[in-house]
Amino acid sequence: MIRLEKSFVATELPRAIARMTVEDATRLSRRSILKTGAAGLALGVYLARGNKAFAQQPPASPVNVAPNTFLIIGSDNTVTVLCKHIEMGQGPFTGMATLVAEELDADWSQMRADHAPSNPGLYKNLAFGVQGTGGSTAIANSFEQMRKVGASARAMLVGAAAAEWNVPAEEITVQNGVIRHSSGKEGRFGEFAEKANQQPLLENPKLKDSSQFRLIGKEGVVKRLDSAAKSNGSAVYTMDINEPGMLTVLIARPPRFGGTVASFDASATKAIPGVVDVKQVPMGVAVYAKGFWAARKGREALKVTWDDSKAEKRGTAQLLSEFRTLSKTPGKIVKQEGAVDAEFAKGGGRIIEAEFVFPYLAHAAMEPLNSYLKWDGEKVVSRFGSQFPTPDMAVIAKVLGVKPENVDLKTILAGGSFGRRAQQTTHIAFELASVAKAIGPGPGVKVVWTREDDMRGGYYRPYAVHKMRGLVRDKKIVAWTDTIVSQSIMKGSPFEAMTMKNGLDSTVYEGSNEIPYDVENFRCDLHQVEIGVPVLWWRSVGHTHTGYAVEAFVDELLDAAGIDPVEGRLALMSKKPRHAGVLKAVAELSNWKNAKLAPGRARGVAVVESFNTFVAQVVELSMTEEGPKVHKVWCAVDCGVAVNPDIIRAQMEGGIGFGLGHILYADIPLEEGRPVSGNFDTYRSLRINEMPEIEVTIVQSTEKPSGVGEPGVPPIGPAVANAIAKLGLTRPRQLPMVPGASV
Amino acid sequence: MTQLTLKINGQSHSIDADPDMPLLWAIRESVGLTGTKYGCGVAQCGACTVFVAGQPVRSCSMPVSAVGADEITTIEGLKSKEALAVQKAWVKLDVPQCGYCQSGQIMSATSLLELNAKPTDRDIDLAMNGNICRCATYVRIRAAIHDAAKSLEG
Repeated sequence: MIRLEKSFVATELPRAIARMTVEDATRLSRRSILKTGAAGLALGVYLARGNKAFAQQPPASPVNVAPNTFLIIGSDNTVTVLCKHIEMGQGPFTGMATLVAEELDADWSQMRADHAPSNPGLYKNLAFGVQGTGGSTAIANSFEQMRKVGASARAMLVGAAAAEWNVPAEEITVQNGVIRHSSGKEGRFGEFAEKANQQPLLENPKLKDSSQFRLIGKEGVVKRLDSAAKSNGSAVYTMDINEPGMLTVLIARPPRFGGTVASFDASATKAIPGVVDVKQVPMGVAVYAKGFWAARKGREALKVTWDDSKAEKRGTAQLLSEFRTLSKTPGKIVKQEGAVDAEFAKGGGRIIEAEFVFPYLAHAAMEPLNSYLKWDGEKVVSRFGSQFPTPDMAVIAKVLGVKPENVDLKTILAGGSFGRRAQQTTHIAFELASVAKAIGPGPGVKVVWTREDDMRGGYYRPYAVHKMRGLVRDKKIVAWTDTIVSQSIMKGSPFEAMTMKNGLDSTVYEGSNEIPYDVENFRCDLHQVEIGVPVLWWRSVGHTHTGYAVEAFVDELLDAAGIDPVEGRLALMSKKPRHAGVLKAVAELSNWKNAKLAPGRARGVAVVESFNTFVAQVVELSMTEEGPKVHKVWCAVDCGVAVNPDIIRAQMEGGIGFGLGHILYADIPLEEGRPVSGNFDTYRSLRINEMPEIEVTIVQSTEKPSGVGEPGVPPIGPAVANAIAKLGLTRPRQLPMVPGASV
Repeated sequence: MTQLTLKINGQSHSIDADPDMPLLWAIRESVGLTGTKYGCGVAQCGACTVFVAGQPVRSCSMPVSAVGADEITTIEGLKSKEALAVQKAWVKLDVPQCGYCQSGQIMSATSLLELNAKPTDRDIDLAMNGNICRCATYVRIRAAIHDAAKSLEG
């Protein structure tokens, strides 16, 4: 969600250690650390006990030293990598472990992964400066850091073995988790883990040359570390926390955004067996109960009068009308080149205009939002799928009035997120702490959102209109304008300074201002409007709409010029070799030039860069009475050095399915400010019978690795639109393509 | 509140519950088996799928009092050769991403293979389209069902 502004800085690590306070060190050593050598790793004898929300803390260590732990080696030879990025399906557990295992020369079967605790000094995302996951940055910012962790640990293990065997370290080799000396002596990591702690840490261990990689980029050698637990029901998510005495909390929330509680009557609620208490909280009225069902019944019985005087009352029909009016004149200039107005005024050629309309979208991850916290008035234990632990921890401390170091927050597995579990407002953590504060110290509270709460709870992909104008003359695109009307995600948030220039939010226009095509006369401008609907980054952020607008429109212009969509794009990509690379790759993979299509079928193409990753897709579809039927998608991706090819493919497959479901069916219409869709019956999700066959090729690259969680999403929509146009039908300009779709 | 006895995965559990409470919450909260998930509460997503008397049902929409003496099987209690083949194929092909829907997917896939040893793509569509995966792991779900079917042939 936030573009990687700078390359990862490996030297940050020692500085982070230097900044650690005694409290940090004590807390960490008490909570999760064994003996440690120095920065880079902790080696110990802790036996991993599976992936339970509370069970993973190792025993207390008597050694009070500053630890920096990414790595725990067990006496059973397991190597547990503590992952600073949340595992929400995109694969960082496996990715981080791959990087460590590569340099450690571990055997893949001994690798494990778990989430790191919250500690920004140790576990910050080097792209953000705080602990958090987003912007498809996990592999990008950890590529060197985690390899160094592995290489340091390897050197320390080798050093320990050399001392034990009384041989020179240079004569020792490590292969698949076995440490060997030419004399025939051999041992495993677990035997040397404790002694390795006495070995000096190499600040800058030598890393492998890519020609020596045996895991990174290799097919079939690395399997996901979380597949088994996710296939037998043992994986633990926030929803599964069920601590003794815990109260489940549902909150009655205002039906309109910005509404507040005027008054409420809880008498019927309190009569329901299992309901323990009812409290007003900043976001509504909280019902505390023994279990979900009692909480839900209690909430249904609650009588709340809402004060809507400050609430957003516009519906989406009114918003669209206002957006359309604004789009008739240019907004604030984001980027301008050449003399665009003069070029249009010159006459000659053909002017093409198009208006694209994008609805509000919910993330609707399979696990509805939730969170858990228990406190005794001083110390706080909190567990949930926190995508931004550092700000979440800070807001919990602030609301509860405790010291930040007394907040033990640990991220656990999230049943999806697509951006939703990271908020610029930290409202989930704020709500959790508010609910805990309202009832006071004592029982643990688990706040649960029903599916309807989750879907009607806002933080949507912003509503957006793109008004585009293009001029084609002599088979060339000579002028292009794009007037965007949408809402800022970042305005008023702590990320404002990072992402806003001249008062304009780059997450609104990203992808529209820097198109990959050579067009001499160009303008991108923006009307940034204020709406009382909370909005958020949604898997690939601005590219969800800018990718569609740009790629559907360029196709329309090329069509008007009578040029092939692939050839035409390539001819305009003189400064964009990586865009051209994936486009050529997908054309070859799909046999674009020579494919013979069955009657009624057509193909479309699109290419979008997001988060430094380049993705091109070709779709083949036909039209049915129910809407477009996508039969197959070919996909080429260039994400720099490919670390885990199978996870890259999985993310492309998932990104395509996620994108396709939304462009076909998804919409959160507002009626007088109230979100209408509340569940999957009205917010239709892609199902298996609608999933196309998918073929992915990964373009070989020596560029720095970049992310794959989001970039698979943007191209699918315009590729579908462009294929529909090839059938002689109108290119869809208002999403979703199948309006009013319900199951 | 009513006293009920549920037979889950071969064990009897006595619980005290509102008879209208969906079976899902009895399984998850009264008994503590959390592999069965809450996703929508209205039988739209399939994350809560369990077997009641061998038939796949959406436990979020079945009142606990309607189960009677029927045997309930959850993801934790899967034992059939079809189920084990499905779970093995899920791991082999790295099907899960976030994983939250996969218990329900595996229950539905197991039920399919128990009834139909060699399902076609069309059979898979019909048996599995009640299970939503928001990560859209459908390509691999399909491949894993075929893989499990193949492994059972031999």
